[in-house]
Amino acid sequence: MTENDWVCRPCGLEKLPEPQGGPAIRLVDLVKALDGKKVLDGIDLDIPRQRITAVIGLSGAGKSVMLKHMIGLERPDAGRVLVDGVDLTRLSRPELYRIRRRFGMLFQGGALFDSLDVFENVAFPLREKTALGEAEIRERVHMRLAQVGLEGAGEKFPDELSGGMVRRAALARAMVMDPEILLLDEPTTGLDPIIRNSILSLICHMYHQHCFTMVMISHDIPDIFCWSHHVVVLHDGKVVLSAPAEEVFRSSDPFVRQLIHGDIAGPVHLM
Amino acid sequence: MLALAEAIGTRVLRKIRAMGGMTIFLWASLSSAVAPPVPLRHVVKQVHFIGVKSLFVIVLTASFTGMVLGLQGYYTLRKFAAEGLLGSAVALSLIRELGPVLSALMVTGRAGSALTAEIGIMRIGEQIDALETMGIDPIRHLVSPRMLGALVSVPLLASIFDVIGILGGYLVGVKLLGLNQGVYFGQMEASVMLKDVSDGLLKSIAFGLIISWVCTFKGYHTARGAEGVSQSTTSAVVLSSVLVLIGDYLLTSVLL
Repeated sequence: MTENDWVCRPCGLEKLPEPQGGPAIRLVDLVKALDGKKVLDGIDLDIPRQRITAVIGLSGAGKSVMLKHMIGLERPDAGRVLVDGVDLTRLSRPELYRIRRRFGMLFQGGALFDSLDVFENVAFPLREKTALGEAEIRERVHMRLAQVGLEGAGEKFPDELSGGMVRRAALARAMVMDPEILLLDEPTTGLDPIIRNSILSLICHMYHQHCFTMVMISHDIPDIFCWSHHVVVLHDGKVVLSAPAEEVFRSSDPFVRQLIHGDIAGPVHLM
Repeated sequence: MLALAEAIGTRVLRKIRAMGGMTIFLWASLSSAVAPPVPLRHVVKQVHFIGVKSLFVIVLTASFTGMVLGLQGYYTLRKFAAEGLLGSAVALSLIRELGPVLSALMVTGRAGSALTAEIGIMRIGEQIDALETMGIDPIRHLVSPRMLGALVSVPLLASIFDVIGILGGYLVGVKLLGLNQGVYFGQMEASVMLKDVSDGLLKSIAFGLIISWVCTFKGYHTARGAEGVSQSTTSAVVLSSVLVLIGDYLLTSVLL
């Protein structure tokens, strides 16, 4: 079974768009140590283009650090990060800023600017990075806010929003520049099941509208298998498995089984 | 013994690395600040935050400093039958020394700590990373306007400090202790030179640079959550204040 055969369960779509070109992001022998501890230990990974890729693993496995390498927020100690063949580790700062325009990123806590209201948060990248007129900015921002269900919340400040609204506003901001690649760091952690499903459904809906390449870190196991095409399992800074979701779900690897089922007994002993 | 040498060496190397980091940060901030287009809107906002919002504390401190100078100066000068020089003593003390230094210390306490905390919270809340992911240089967006804002505001606040302080000295010396008004201002006019004013302004520009440099650097490199913000803020205020006083001595010895 390949990822092209995968049926998107929430949307019921059976046919996925044919990806154009090779992997969108390629990590080659990536090594990173933080405070003397190896967080990424020789990661080799291809992120499929125009697919939703979920990255799962225990807390501290290196998922967020790996995601930050994909957009050049962290520099590796060794190895390469290739985005369409361009090595991010060799780019100058202005070149890196240019390539980042192709990305959108949703941070774990939303990372909305406290001093700006929701409307201005979403409008911020448009004001700073484009020459669009005020009318067009307003139109685009209202469209994105409507897509994430925050039509009436434009004048609210981040501290007036619930956790789910913060994530949705951050998602609108991440998408407002029409990125090709969307990186999502735990978009649903800490949310109640209804809001969690509404955000995952929204992400899925966005995917079918825009066909982004998405990489999403998630702890929503096993639900995440319904929402993604490809799954990467990370453990101790290494890729344990990277395969279509169905294949990972059926894996016989003891660690993957333990992670999916949340078993206390297994190769990982936390107690 | 070897362990001790290693510990000292590690500490020294860490300090040198930190100083190198600070220098690179200053260079990046200043070169971003002068690179066109100058972010005028953000600079004006910072002048309002650092300058206008510090006015009350500057006026309050300056008036009491001037009044104390008037009081102390009057009784000291009277011992030498030279109370007529009170205006000169108050003005020169304020313009050359106390105005720039005290206004810088007040700005450090009120605005510098806020700059560190604001940028520090942005750092730990991943807002600076968010700027990076949008392809926006955080140094240019966050640090340079604050640096320019401080470079404009601190000399202006020091000038206001000088004027209010002189009026405080006038209130005590002339209105309270009965010194002749003409003598107070006449002596001041005769003794205060343009160089005194320009040296004072030069000092306050240097202090503005020190405050904004240290406070933004500490905020930008905040780590470890809320506790990290508190540590950065404390160390920014302490380091800025100490550097202002050291800088004052060095500048005074060069300018005299």
